[in-house]
Amino acid sequence: MSTPDPARTRPPSRLAEQLVRALCLTAVILPVLLLVGLIVDVTGQASERLSWDFITSFPSRHPDEAGILPGIVGSFWLIAMTGTVALPVGVGAAIYLEEYGGRGRLANLIEVNLANLAGVPSIIYGLLGLELFVRALGMGRSLAAGALAMALLVLPIVIMSSREALRTVPRTLREAGMALGATRWQVIRQVVLPMAMPGILTGAILAIARAIGEAAPLIILGAITYVGFLPDGPGSPFTVLPIQIFNWVSRPQPGFVVDAAAGIVVLLVTLLVLSGAAIYLRHRFERLREG
Amino acid sequence: MRRALATFCLGVSLGSLGACGPGTTDIVAVDGSSTVYPITEAVAEEFQKGGRGRVTIGVSGTGGGFKKLCKGEVALSGASRPIRPSEVELCKEARIDYIELPVAYDGIAVVVHPDNAWVDHLSVEELRRMWEPAAQDRIKRWSDVREGWPDTELHLFGPGVDSGTYDYFTKAIVGQEHSSRGDFTSSEDDNVLVQGVSTDRGALGFFGFAYYSENADKLRVVPVDGGAGPILPSLQTVADGSYQPLSRPIFIYVSRKEAERGEVAAFVDFYLDSSAELVAEVGYVPLPDPAYALVRRRFAAKTTGSVFGGEGSKVGASVEQTLANG
Amino acid sequence: MVDPSRSSLIRARTTTGERLTERLLLACGLLSVLTTAAIVGVLLLETLEFFSEVSLAQFFGDTQWTPLFADKHFGIWPLVAGTLLTSAIAIAVALPFGLLAAVYLAEFARPGVRRVLKPTLELLAGVPTIVYGYFALVALTPLLQRLIPELAGFNALSPGLAMGIMIIPMISSLSEDAIHAVPRTLREAAYALGASRLQTIFRIVLPTAMSGIAASVVLAVSRAVGETMIVAIAAGQQPRLTADPRVPVETMTAYIVQVGLGDTPTGTLEYRTIFAVGAALFLMTFVINLASQRLARRFRGAYG
Repeated sequence: MSTPDPARTRPPSRLAEQLVRALCLTAVILPVLLLVGLIVDVTGQASERLSWDFITSFPSRHPDEAGILPGIVGSFWLIAMTGTVALPVGVGAAIYLEEYGGRGRLANLIEVNLANLAGVPSIIYGLLGLELFVRALGMGRSLAAGALAMALLVLPIVIMSSREALRTVPRTLREAGMALGATRWQVIRQVVLPMAMPGILTGAILAIARAIGEAAPLIILGAITYVGFLPDGPGSPFTVLPIQIFNWVSRPQPGFVVDAAAGIVVLLVTLLVLSGAAIYLRHRFERLREG
Repeated sequence: MRRALATFCLGVSLGSLGACGPGTTDIVAVDGSSTVYPITEAVAEEFQKGGRGRVTIGVSGTGGGFKKLCKGEVALSGASRPIRPSEVELCKEARIDYIELPVAYDGIAVVVHPDNAWVDHLSVEELRRMWEPAAQDRIKRWSDVREGWPDTELHLFGPGVDSGTYDYFTKAIVGQEHSSRGDFTSSEDDNVLVQGVSTDRGALGFFGFAYYSENADKLRVVPVDGGAGPILPSLQTVADGSYQPLSRPIFIYVSRKEAERGEVAAFVDFYLDSSAELVAEVGYVPLPDPAYALVRRRFAAKTTGSVFGGEGSKVGASVEQTLANG
Repeated sequence: MVDPSRSSLIRARTTTGERLTERLLLACGLLSVLTTAAIVGVLLLETLEFFSEVSLAQFFGDTQWTPLFADKHFGIWPLVAGTLLTSAIAIAVALPFGLLAAVYLAEFARPGVRRVLKPTLELLAGVPTIVYGYFALVALTPLLQRLIPELAGFNALSPGLAMGIMIIPMISSLSEDAIHAVPRTLREAAYALGASRLQTIFRIVLPTAMSGIAASVVLAVSRAVGETMIVAIAAGQQPRLTADPRVPVETMTAYIVQVGLGDTPTGTLEYRTIFAVGAALFLMTFVINLASQRLARRFRGAYG
């Protein structure tokens, strides 16, 4: 984009070109407008239910008394546990592939596998979790089972974004570290990882955002229609924001549709806060790195 | 960095520890029929408001609920029909005794889209013609059901096949449990059905009377002629038994062993004490007071076994009589 | 080069601690391979059990899917039809929008505009699918019913459309990358020969980027086939062999959710059906993904 495109410097002449350009722009703008419209619509619907009460109450058979507290708490438990498992493993795998693996056969196998794993529909992870964690390992329909399945689901995302972050660290820095007598692991831990941290964190938050919005695998392996209490540990039954929304949206009474809309607003705000945190963290780390 | 890694490791080990440790023990796990669900949900909500314990409710259908009860996975299960011989066997094999407690009457409502002006009533015979297995490739339009009805596509909605409502409907209408056509929208979640019928002009569906009364503004209920002329389902016609053949008692089955647990006993006691009020609130028909007294006595005495069941769905049974005889 | 202190360093690099670390990191990487193995294992095991009771001829020969009824049929085609129908509608939306958006971003937009528009468009893919499901059921279906009165409350059309909007960024972003990768020299040659800008875009650039664009579309198909919540909420739960977008259908994923919600006990035939359907779904997406990777590789081979 640095050198001027000959076509771009030419004055926009033909009507046809203008038309096509407008059409293409419409293709970008229209879906975005639709999304904005949807969000405005949902927020409008939700406005009569959105209150502190909604956030701090339990689900109820009376739509105007229902709240989403167990969903919020469940979602936070779930992403905390998912992150605890997926981040170290994912970053570890990324380090292996970028720093140790090279062109080895094992690295190649992992590589091919990752590309395929990223394309597996999320519901399949639900089936895996149901059979492996819920049944075979006897965890039951617990937070732990849900978090493990979710960790496997987001693992490819964590690995891929961490790899990209690691790749941005200049090779010369590694060589400098080695030349100063550090072992490979010392270089990774003290030079490469801190440098790659903003990218890794951004990827981690992307993964967590994915986990927080995902409902399908959790429905398969742990859906309970009514949870009127808060989870108190990894062995506890649970519900999460999207599952609670799903329950409400599939009820026909208009009151519950309003609850669903309010739940969606809570979910979207949570995602917004997370993205904000990602941007802030990234910014802070970058300043730290420069400073 | 080292601290971060250490935190990760600690977290992982804690996470796996938690995963392997025992589950939370003070939970009253409930499962079963979607028909009984609204009652159980209301009871659980009130129960937990008092901070008396924690209840989870799943909706696996009556059959699914019995399977879980007989595996010892839940403390009690809602059932919209009495236990079947095969399920009695299942529990016997697993050495799980159960206490059978009727909690309310329910009627099955047959509903159509509110704009459907042609259906004045349906006879049991017409319902059978729509729903029997042989109907699958023959009855596709309303005009196939009764002459003079419009040539509109017929879209059928019914509860999931694990539900007691489906069992009871097929028994009462087709004559054999679990026997129906397969090409209808079938969901364990009655809400899906209400939504389906209320947005589809060619639809006909059936589900518990409670769901109909909660959504009466979106649906039109069809009077059913069981031989004595068309009768609309209502609190009254269900309780006095005149809405036949589509009304019946519904139950909870409590595991005898689980009933020893304080929180389970407390929940069931609360259930029976608040049923008269909550059952009506969620749209079912409460049992007469003397019947509730009999039911409470049954639970207090921990009387196991079934007096209603053994043969699956029964058509037209009075709770008081059966309990008194049992 | 030959410095005594240096040689001791080389030894230090291969101490047990270092080797252990490497092993540990390798184990992290292998966990993803293990995940795939576990998925295949679980699906295979339960599917084999399933096919010990149901013949392949029934699975692929029957045209009805009624495993939960007294009169059981195990023909997978109605579920496949539901899946293909909703996916086809989604692609019909996402392909024109995604492709035109890619053309705009790659060929028309100024860098500053592009920097804002591209992430904004990508937000579409970041919205949780449950939100699109709500959108399809609560907003889209009633709206469409005003235009198409015979549209049922549950249908293939609205979830298909919602899914289409969701996957626009998959097509636009990857296609834009492909368009970007078309060598500048090709464009310059076209201009030099007197081609207009539109001619250059549609006759030279797009055909050249075709396999890259195709890869993005195929990947979007895979995403649509595997999408669950939108169709579970808005498409209905009625397996039928139809291409009519106005009536309720059931996709493979929605069937798995339907049975999963009913929480079927282990070891029953109903329980195994979801693994058989899951295996079919896994195979379908696997083949589609493979095709996409192959197309992408062909494109990279030419212009990477």
